[in-house]
Amino acid sequence: MAKDQKAFYVDTTKCINCKTCEIACKDINNAALGQRIRKVRSFEVGEYPNIFVYNISMSCNHCEDPQCVKACPAGAYTKREDGIVVHNPDVCIGCRYCTWACPYGAPQFDEEVGKVRKCNMCIDNVEEGELPACVSACPTRAIEIGMLSDFENRPGSTISIHNLPSPNISKPSTRYKVKPEAMKR
Amino acid sequence: MSINLNRRAFLKLSGGVAGTVAVSGTWDVLTKEQIASAVTTDEGTQVIPVLCNHNCGGRCQIKAHVKDGVVVRITTDDRPDLENNPQLRACLKGRATRNRIYHPDRLKYPMKRVGKRGEGKFKRITWDEATDLIAKNLKKIVDQYGPHSVYVNYATGDEGAMAGRTSAKRLMNLMGGYLGYYGSYSSACLKYTAPFVTGYRDTNTYQTLHHSKLIILSGFNPAETVFETNSNYYLAKAKKAGAKVIVIDPRYTESAATFGDQWIPIVPATDTALFSAMAYVIITENLHDQAFLDKYTIGFDEEHMPEGVPAGNSYKSYILGTTDGKPKTPEWAAAITGIDANTIINLAREYATTKPAQLLQGLGPQRHAQGESSTRAGIVLAAMTGSIGILGGGWGGGEGGRKLGLDVGELPTGDNPVETQISVFMWTDAVVRGTEMTEKDGVQNGPLKSNLKFMWNLGSNTLVNQHADINKTIKILEDESKLEYIVVSDQFMTPSAKYADILLPSDHAFERYDFGFPWTGEEYILFGNKAVEPPGECKHDYWWMSKVAEKLGLGEKFTEGKTQEDWMKQLVEDAQKADSQFPSWEELKKKGLYRKDTIEYVAFEKEIKDPANNPFQTPSGKIEIFSKTLFDMKNDEIPGVPKYTPAAEGPEDPLKEKYPLQCFGPHIKRRTHSTWDETPWMEEAEPQTMWINPEDAQARGLQDGDKAKVYNDRGALVIPVRVTKRIRPGVVSIPQGAWYTPDDKGVCQRGCINILTSQRPTPLAHGNGQHTNLVQVKKL
Repeated sequence: MAKDQKAFYVDTTKCINCKTCEIACKDINNAALGQRIRKVRSFEVGEYPNIFVYNISMSCNHCEDPQCVKACPAGAYTKREDGIVVHNPDVCIGCRYCTWACPYGAPQFDEEVGKVRKCNMCIDNVEEGELPACVSACPTRAIEIGMLSDFENRPGSTISIHNLPSPNISKPSTRYKVKPEAMKR
Repeated sequence: MSINLNRRAFLKLSGGVAGTVAVSGTWDVLTKEQIASAVTTDEGTQVIPVLCNHNCGGRCQIKAHVKDGVVVRITTDDRPDLENNPQLRACLKGRATRNRIYHPDRLKYPMKRVGKRGEGKFKRITWDEATDLIAKNLKKIVDQYGPHSVYVNYATGDEGAMAGRTSAKRLMNLMGGYLGYYGSYSSACLKYTAPFVTGYRDTNTYQTLHHSKLIILSGFNPAETVFETNSNYYLAKAKKAGAKVIVIDPRYTESAATFGDQWIPIVPATDTALFSAMAYVIITENLHDQAFLDKYTIGFDEEHMPEGVPAGNSYKSYILGTTDGKPKTPEWAAAITGIDANTIINLAREYATTKPAQLLQGLGPQRHAQGESSTRAGIVLAAMTGSIGILGGGWGGGEGGRKLGLDVGELPTGDNPVETQISVFMWTDAVVRGTEMTEKDGVQNGPLKSNLKFMWNLGSNTLVNQHADINKTIKILEDESKLEYIVVSDQFMTPSAKYADILLPSDHAFERYDFGFPWTGEEYILFGNKAVEPPGECKHDYWWMSKVAEKLGLGEKFTEGKTQEDWMKQLVEDAQKADSQFPSWEELKKKGLYRKDTIEYVAFEKEIKDPANNPFQTPSGKIEIFSKTLFDMKNDEIPGVPKYTPAAEGPEDPLKEKYPLQCFGPHIKRRTHSTWDETPWMEEAEPQTMWINPEDAQARGLQDGDKAKVYNDRGALVIPVRVTKRIRPGVVSIPQGAWYTPDDKGVCQRGCINILTSQRPTPLAHGNGQHTNLVQVKKL
């Protein structure tokens, strides 16, 4: 197994697609319209009336092999010792390469400032003894933070999800619990 | 959003892993030194408990982080998250409050109308002039037409203890009263009908859901409607405990997607046909609880009928077709509901044999043209299976909980000397022909001595947007000889505000002290601080109503020398007298919450456990499957037992040839009724779209994202379509609450469903059947 790191865990079987995580994230980051640092995507599969819908709340996945770090010509990205991928706006030149390199569309371009912003797991918050905004916001307690090694060992834990990019590209650290219908086929 | 506070200016680029983490509690990775060094940018920020006080069932704790008089961040309940006292976490709307209170379109000054009514042309005036004008016109109208001419419109934009409508009622009661209403736009049919069956309306709390082995969500979508802050938390808990969830809904709702094990897409307005066929299966397969029925109910079979009723009128006779020759078989219902007979048979068997099972009915099905019958038929099914009064059983009645009474009350309104009341939905009729209305129009203690002439519409969008048939409504409002004076207070220029004669800017809950009360079973009250100053000249309604009272010579009587804050303190003092644990004003300001541990409450438990001492509060003392009171009304649409009656503009209406699609208006997550329609973050989270099945879309050349025109004889709107298999063919859904935005031909460009809805009242409750509409859709 890869080196252990901090990670998100989302139990999609409890996710009601309410987008509270998205808005709590927007609020703490003062994100303008169009910037969705965390976003819930809803996928619809099957044929009427036997359809199935699953919701994937996702921010930066703090990947083991972060494509943003590789793509950034300015060196604005750092993967920290604890695995969190952080972005330094002071160094960012606004070239947007990271927004194209990330398979998940995590980095968000801020038109007004001309720079990129992304999830840093609310590290400042966490250092003040709080949980990340999305985690403490979720009405069904579906989002958690913790260590990847713990999440990976949970039954049904996966990142191999239908309609999502192959995890082989960047090796995301986020783990999901999904219903079988949402598994990669 | 003009505030761009860079409170997170520093970055730590090296942080090491300090240990593993306990996930859902606190993050205990950090050393004290790390925490100390982190608190650098938030100096001077205060965290203040505030309120989100709009009309949903949840009441959530919100905390405003205030720096230099500006809310810079919103957080939610951060107490320990305990099983018997879970956190009251706010939804996406509450968390977006900064995007609402700092919206550039907030109304900031009192205004008077200068153009034609409804044109939206206003001139800024002083508070002195505004209160002068209101006092003068109110006095003139009351003197000329009497108190029956004054109406305080249904208003739920502010659900606090000091809402504007309360102030208006208090003032009117000092002036001889006003025409009252009964019912609500949310639950008219349920509220009116349930008492005929069970005496009063009550339901098991959500906290009991995990005891159910089967939960049927019938037209109930708590994932979006949020009937209680923790309704979805408890549903998730029930699922974890192994409950099976079946969702009966024309849409594959968010609740169906997350919690549903089975989705049964039903044709709208046919719930009673489904329930009748379920009853048929249960009776013919002898799965009903005869002992329960014999002991606690009246009217199930011919052996248990009230005296003086001709034979053949029992529920069983109706279901088996003994009298009308039409057995309510699964095949009969299949043709009506669009659900195949086998599914109905299996559903009936599963419901009757899984114990305990909960039938949670939403409010949607009772907002149909025959909304009364689905309420009654649901209770009957619960009675037939012996599911009433037991833990894990129950009949939802829409709210899946009950008000446990931790209510500190509100500004006292005094007694209304006028006893005459209309149904809440009938006010436009009362404007046009109030004095001609009778009991048949739902008038209670009538007649009206005047048509309506003066309208208080305070924190309400029901004047235009949320009432049915907007084109009919605005025609009535535009005629100034009918409703002579309209006073509106609001935070925004809503479609209703445009029809004001006097338009007053309201403060927001963050800008005053107030209480918040949940609808249902969790025992708590919230307290909201005044965290920031309101913008411009925004004022609380009580403040300006005091000025109006003063100008009418009633100042002292109205205020009793108290400000809004004084009244709040009075309510706290009174509550402390009644409950020794009730916190002081200072404690409330600090914590923002008074809460007891949750309890598992079972509705009608005492009636079932000890019926001799606790009869049901009906004429017979039993659950009235057959109601003689209703039977004696001799109205085919108000039968003695719940019967399926095809709805006007329902699936069997011949009008379907012209308007082939059934259209209804669900509640969606991004709005609370029409509140938050203006908030950009909410539009980003969930844009206003119409759901249409690919089959219906294809027939009209519509692709996902296309704009469509939706119309019937009452009006037309334009809306982008979402082509989705999540809705049954033949049905389209337009989320209710979007703001009526007409073009020059009166076609709504925003997709406000009430341009299409009808003012036809339901038969018994005279309620709003706003979900029953036939329409046509074409590509624009």
